[in-house]
Amino acid sequence: MIDAMTLSEENKKLANAQRFGLYLGLASIAMLFTALTSAFLVRQGAGNWLFVKMPIQFWISTGIIILSSITFYFAKAAHVSGDISKYKLLIWSTLILGIAFITLQYLGWLAMAKTGVYLDGNPGGSFIYVISMVHVVHVVLGIVLLAIVSIHTTIKSYNPNHLHKIGLMATYWHFVDFLWIYLFIFFQIKFF
Amino acid sequence: MSEKDIHHEHHEHPKGATITDHVHYQDTEGVIRFEEDHGHHDSDRNKKNFIHTYIFSTDHKMIGKQFLITGIFWAIIGGGLSNIFRMQLGFPDVPLHFIGAIFGDKWAPNGVMTPDFYNMLITMHGTILVFFVLTAGLSGTFANLLIPLQIGARDMASPVLNMLSYWFFFLAGLVMFISFFVPSGAAGVSWVFYPPLSAIREASVGSETGADLWLVSMSFFIVSSLLGGLNYITTILNLRAKGMSMAKLPLTIWALLITAILGLLSFPVLLGAAILLMFDRSMGTSFYLDKIYMSGIGAMPHEGGNPILYQHLFWFLGHPEVYIVILPAFGIVSEVLAVNSRKPIFGYRAMILSMLAIAALAFFVWAHHMFVTGLNPFVGSVFVFLTLLIAIPSAIKVFNWITTMWRANIRYTPAMMFSVGFVSLFISGGLTGIFLGNSAIDIQLHDTYFIVAHFHIVMGVAAFFGMFAGVYHWFPKMFGRFMNRTMGFIHFWITFVGSYCIFWPMHYQGMAGVPRRYYSHGAFESFNKFGALSEFITIAAIVVFLAQLLFVFNYLYSMYRGKKMTELNPWKANTIEWTTPINPGHGNWDGPIPTVHRGPYDYGKDGEDFIPQTVPMRPGETTHHG
Repeated sequence: MIDAMTLSEENKKLANAQRFGLYLGLASIAMLFTALTSAFLVRQGAGNWLFVKMPIQFWISTGIIILSSITFYFAKAAHVSGDISKYKLLIWSTLILGIAFITLQYLGWLAMAKTGVYLDGNPGGSFIYVISMVHVVHVVLGIVLLAIVSIHTTIKSYNPNHLHKIGLMATYWHFVDFLWIYLFIFFQIKFF
Repeated sequence: MSEKDIHHEHHEHPKGATITDHVHYQDTEGVIRFEEDHGHHDSDRNKKNFIHTYIFSTDHKMIGKQFLITGIFWAIIGGGLSNIFRMQLGFPDVPLHFIGAIFGDKWAPNGVMTPDFYNMLITMHGTILVFFVLTAGLSGTFANLLIPLQIGARDMASPVLNMLSYWFFFLAGLVMFISFFVPSGAAGVSWVFYPPLSAIREASVGSETGADLWLVSMSFFIVSSLLGGLNYITTILNLRAKGMSMAKLPLTIWALLITAILGLLSFPVLLGAAILLMFDRSMGTSFYLDKIYMSGIGAMPHEGGNPILYQHLFWFLGHPEVYIVILPAFGIVSEVLAVNSRKPIFGYRAMILSMLAIAALAFFVWAHHMFVTGLNPFVGSVFVFLTLLIAIPSAIKVFNWITTMWRANIRYTPAMMFSVGFVSLFISGGLTGIFLGNSAIDIQLHDTYFIVAHFHIVMGVAAFFGMFAGVYHWFPKMFGRFMNRTMGFIHFWITFVGSYCIFWPMHYQGMAGVPRRYYSHGAFESFNKFGALSEFITIAAIVVFLAQLLFVFNYLYSMYRGKKMTELNPWKANTIEWTTPINPGHGNWDGPIPTVHRGPYDYGKDGEDFIPQTVPMRPGETTHHG
């Protein structure tokens, strides 16, 4: 017969497995961006490269996404301490900041086009468009998941299992945040 | 948490009860509650409708069967395509009217196929067999079937993601299948999809809509592989039964683990390459395209790209992909050889280490596919060195397989025959790899049939042999019945002898310089002398294909009419999948999951024929085979 201990251990195992699975997923996303930035680097080394100055919108969006990570951090902390109303405020703020980030990225692309850097122009510009677009796809995925988690954890009554979901979501969110900071710095380095 | 907080309905389901799906937590004291349905009860199966049991199943065993049957479907298509283009190479003057009937008359006026159609055939043959059959069909089937059963888990870490993995694969197949019937036909730019041919729509008929659909299909396929791989690794590392340490895992599981890691790290790179290619095709970017003048169109608007960049990205996936294809076969063959030799696998740890070494080297040898791209000779020499290093772990594996069989009382089952055949093919094909790993020789042989012979033997046919060994061996676990032995042996001998008949002569053609990928060699005086040899190869290919239909017949026949399994452990194997009921329900074990006490290869130990992993170690017994 299965006793309570075994059951709880089996679920603990599953919780760990989910977190581990998330890390693997992140490793896989990291590989995608490694490939894209390696291609960026190799192509830059070949010459005939247009160095693109980052539009102001990208600077602001970088600030916004960092801010969203901070609000998420405190949202989680509020949940841990049981301050659910503070949690609600912060988690919805995170979501709004995420949407603001995407909007700013879009405005950034428009601004680049205004300065004559087009998607189909020199690869120096094309790479920035494509890599930032692929990144935005991951942020959009994050926003959809965050919306689900937010609705789930704010509308439904308090449940300790929520913390597990929030924790997984936070890891993903911080990851795409860090990813953008990496890309943003990467775009501005003249390697060759 | 106290026991009163848990409600489980175990007693109401006497057969095939699972644990997790019948547990509801009270959500107190910080306990995690999993809401996803982590398993269906065996007796629930009758209540569940057809769709939940056979279509959108979350049971890993059913998903494994879905991968297998879909893989078989694609193998018939992919193999059939090769027969059609072999007809063109062997008997170019014989009209094939059925091509027009299926694909439309424009592809084969008067029954004679056009060069565009030929390109389409070889592209789809390669894509289907490498990705749909030998990646999804092989890994998907055996990872799903064996991982939970052999490590002692009730299911995968996420059964839902697992189901999605299959359905993304299905979707990829559907899109690829539809691409055959669009007006411009399926993709015809070779499975490696090199730009500029693949990046410019106007470059060829096969670069049009078919190529778009190919990219869409492959994107679905990559998602499927990533979801699957993520689940396999997570499950193996987190959900092993009590006592099942990593050093007690069967080699099948080690092989599938390493395969999944390779996939997880390399498929995203292919996705990256495909994204850039899609932009070049559709948005006018110039990642892979430089200034190009096309006759009839004029100067293309692209500038500043580099097609070799694609090759780097592609082969960074492409080479690990070779091991993604062959490693599961390594695992299956190691298991089947040990079980049927009634001896422990020789050098269990060496087998694991050599697989790890092969996997690590897989990421540092990609440019050996690119020696003819004008690679800097110094860079080439580094890749030659790293490539030849792979011979060491490969040789260790071959040595260990042969030593496992050495002086053994071998039980010749169809699975064992295919495993021995695998070792033969791996040696034959591996040896020519040493030739091709040298850039000086590769530059001469690269675009000839020598390469075709090499990779078909070492990766194509060998991986198929691993797959056949696995299907014959674990068929009773899948369906509770055995496959017909006689048909199995006939299948083996025709396939084994026939495969050598197909690919061995290609080495000679290749050494004589006969180029691969050519629609017709008729215009070349020097290659015409191989006409009779080409005819022979074509006949052999058709015979081998027909033998595969015998296998399919045996498979389908045995599912319903095969000899029924009467004992739990028909092969007298040590691994724990044979401790489940003959037809295990979702959750695999009726009672608790067995505890594991020993490694999987205690055969012929201390005077006993075999000691299952569930038998506790006796006092004073050593862990190593004595």
